[in-house]
Amino acid sequence: MSMYGFEAMNFNVDAGYLEAIVRGYRSGLLTSADYNNLCQCETLDDIKMHLGATDYGPYLANEPSPLHTATIVEKCTQKLVDEYNHMLTQATEPLSTFLEYITYGHMIDNVVLIVTGTLHERDVHELLEKCHPLGLFDSIATLAVAQNMRELYRLVLVDTPLAPYFSECITSEDLDDMNIEIMRNTLYKAYLEDFYRFCQKLGGATSTIMCDLLAFEADRRAVNITINSIGTELTRDDRRKLYSKFGMLYPYGHEELAACDDFDAVRGAMEKYPPYQAIFSKLSFGESQMLDKAFYEEEVKRLTLSFEQQFHYAVFFAYMRLREQETRNLMWISECVAQNQKSRIHDGIVMTF
Amino acid sequence: MGFVAWWYAWTHALLYMSPYIYSAIGIAISIGVSVLGASWGIYITGSSLLGAAIKAPRITSKNLISVIFCEAVAIYGVIVAIILQTKLEATKQPFHPDSMRAGYSLFASGIIVGFANLLCGLCVGIIGSSCALSDAQNSTLFVKILVIEIFGSALGLFGVIVGIIMSSQATWPAAVVA
Repeated sequence: MSMYGFEAMNFNVDAGYLEAIVRGYRSGLLTSADYNNLCQCETLDDIKMHLGATDYGPYLANEPSPLHTATIVEKCTQKLVDEYNHMLTQATEPLSTFLEYITYGHMIDNVVLIVTGTLHERDVHELLEKCHPLGLFDSIATLAVAQNMRELYRLVLVDTPLAPYFSECITSEDLDDMNIEIMRNTLYKAYLEDFYRFCQKLGGATSTIMCDLLAFEADRRAVNITINSIGTELTRDDRRKLYSKFGMLYPYGHEELAACDDFDAVRGAMEKYPPYQAIFSKLSFGESQMLDKAFYEEEVKRLTLSFEQQFHYAVFFAYMRLREQETRNLMWISECVAQNQKSRIHDGIVMTF
Repeated sequence: MGFVAWWYAWTHALLYMSPYIYSAIGIAISIGVSVLGASWGIYITGSSLLGAAIKAPRITSKNLISVIFCEAVAIYGVIVAIILQTKLEATKQPFHPDSMRAGYSLFASGIIVGFANLLCGLCVGIIGSSCALSDAQNSTLFVKILVIEIFGSALGLFGVIVGIIMSSQATWPAAVVA
């Protein structure tokens, strides 16, 4: 029924309970009042005390002083992982597949982390500790044996959900920093396109809202790829191949981005699109450092709006993303407090409410 | 079979069906479909209410009212079924035109009440589900959404009123001696 827009009638059969749960989780997100309190903190123990009154309380309660930023981040991530696993065990198809799709991005990041780390002769166990727990899979530790893409695919990744995304990047070239980065973006492109198709198939409000959120994600990645590849040996055609084939910028915006040679050219291309013009107008000329934050703010705004509608899956995606943003905020605040850089504390946080 | 024969077979079947059967089907639809609507509404509300109550247990007793609103829809169906049932009388062939009219009116009355209550139950259930979720986030929203829910539940009452008026058309011929 969902394809006809009647999902209110039968959505709750499978997903009503979980939707209510995820909305309950959402009410535990830190508010601007919480952030104001956290910004007043003098030590990491003060931060722990403030977080004690929030949903993070039980996770930090037994941590001995002195605390480290890494511990706070680890515990926050642990909470998110516990909630995710709770939802995944309760979910039925197609929600369970939808929830699994959310973690593939972390899987790609983990693969890249391990492969890059191995290339620079780091210890695998040390690398595994740095992996995001949502993106772990059974054979991840064996990634270190691969010498090139073909081996990477054949020995390890063929059994993971990432296998289909590899079709475009199997080469026998030896791995180096440049082609690992290209691999990351090729995989991510294939992942986003696949997720987009999956959401379209789900239909109804899920499709409308998710396709919008994913289109924003694709556009943001296209801009980031462009900015990061300015001044590198990547050709225009190579660059264009890394853009996902959907979103507001597809296809004409991609042509323009592929031809950009500096940040102001990117700005010129993006200002033709009203939602992005608003983002770029916040930045002064030649300034690209604040772009990430501006994009994050826009993303958070769009994610919170998805909670305004009922009977769709995008709330699960939005919740996971908002918690991840919150973890980034807490990491920034903790780092600023730990390093006595409190004047910079407001530069890095994106408030949710 | 040609169209004419097909048409004849169906009109024949419908015309010669006993008014008693028409009335009985009307009564069955009135209660059965109403209960379907009520139970559909209760599960939509109930599943959301269960999940929302995990983080905000205070909402449970307040939001039981949404479940009760859905339940009321089933009660409308029961009441109308009982009213229709009191008007039910046996007839013999050949059917008197008054009997036919009585049968049709009870049938129509049942359909009106059944489907009005099916959609009313759905409507109240969906609003009740939203009500539970909103109340869990912000308790000041409860009363506001409850007002919408009351208007939703009035829709079923319209069906009941029209159904009862319709059924009052049913006057069986006085003790026909066959």
